[in-house]
Amino acid sequence: MIITVAGEKKEYKEGLSLVELIELEKIDMPEYVTVSINDDFVSSEDKETTVLKEGDSVEFLYFMGGGC
Amino acid sequence: MAMTDEQIERYSRHIILKEVGAKGQKKLLNGSVLIIGAGGLGAPAALYLAAAGVGHIGIVDADDVDLSNLQRQVIHSTADIGKAKVKSAKESMEAINPDVKVTTYRMFVDSTNIRELIREYDFIIDGTDNFPAKFLINDACVLEKKPFSHAGIIRFQGQLLTYVPGEGPCYRCVFKNPPPKDAVPTCKQAGVIGAMAGTIGTLQAMEAIKYLIGKGDLLTGKLLTYDALKMEFRKINLKKDCKCAVCGENPSIFEPIDYEQEVCEETAGRFATRDEQ
Ligand SMILES: [Zn+2]
Repeated sequence: MIITVAGEKKEYKEGLSLVELIELEKIDMPEYVTVSINDDFVSSEDKETTVLKEGDSVEFLYFMGGGC
Repeated sequence: MAMTDEQIERYSRHIILKEVGAKGQKKLLNGSVLIIGAGGLGAPAALYLAAAGVGHIGIVDADDVDLSNLQRQVIHSTADIGKAKVKSAKESMEAINPDVKVTTYRMFVDSTNIRELIREYDFIIDGTDNFPAKFLINDACVLEKKPFSHAGIIRFQGQLLTYVPGEGPCYRCVFKNPPPKDAVPTCKQAGVIGAMAGTIGTLQAMEAIKYLIGKGDLLTGKLLTYDALKMEFRKINLKKDCKCAVCGENPSIFEPIDYEQEVCEETAGRFATRDEQ
């Protein structure tokens, strides 16, 4: 199935979970990364159980604390 | 109040723009912006807002200018090392444009001073370098119904979003709570390209100008991300979180919170090692 990850369309196996996607995309420190699917934030409770489907658009939003 | 001939000349490149005109320039001259942090982000924001003729600019910072600041904090110069950053910033801003009234606050923001501080300004720029301050500013702006620009930078990456009361998500809608102390590196720990601070701080100034003149689309409900290595700008849609602790339907935060401040020095080496792996 095709999923859009950070604006890029990519092919993944059917039934891919969000946890698997986070591993495949090598997301560093995922506990501190906000995830949105189709513009809806995934709550931290749902992160473990969310399964992706064809056409989903996933964004990873990272903490950026710098400004100094 | 009519503009003087000198002002008409000084702001002629603004006035000629149909989105600005004399009317918009007067809005800038009557406008006020508070910049929190006279560092990498605050420096370009302060310079461009002063040059643009924003009538009153407040600048907050407790630190003194350090040699390691000068790679990116273009409002300070080598001769300013050791001087209070707010003093150095004020001198640079007044040198560019004597029209501008600059108010300096040589202090750290915290829960006891932030609400009063932002109250008298039209727009707030978060140019701070730590998560406790970013959440403090967000919550205070939501509680005081003040628009503000959030930005963060690290390495070759930057992000920004604009909060406007009643018009979309706040910073906390997206990021919920500050990460634990030292969990996410700051630019002091991980490094940052000076031009990144320049780019993102300038975009914050642009948001403030658009807000003051009331033209264009702000980054409300959007997170703009900039990856300089890929030379890629992206706008990510954000929705307001109805469960947000400060701007949601049943808020639990009614006063800004003092989260623990991180201490950069001790951890700098550790993060530098981990980031390279
Ligand atoms: Zn919120």
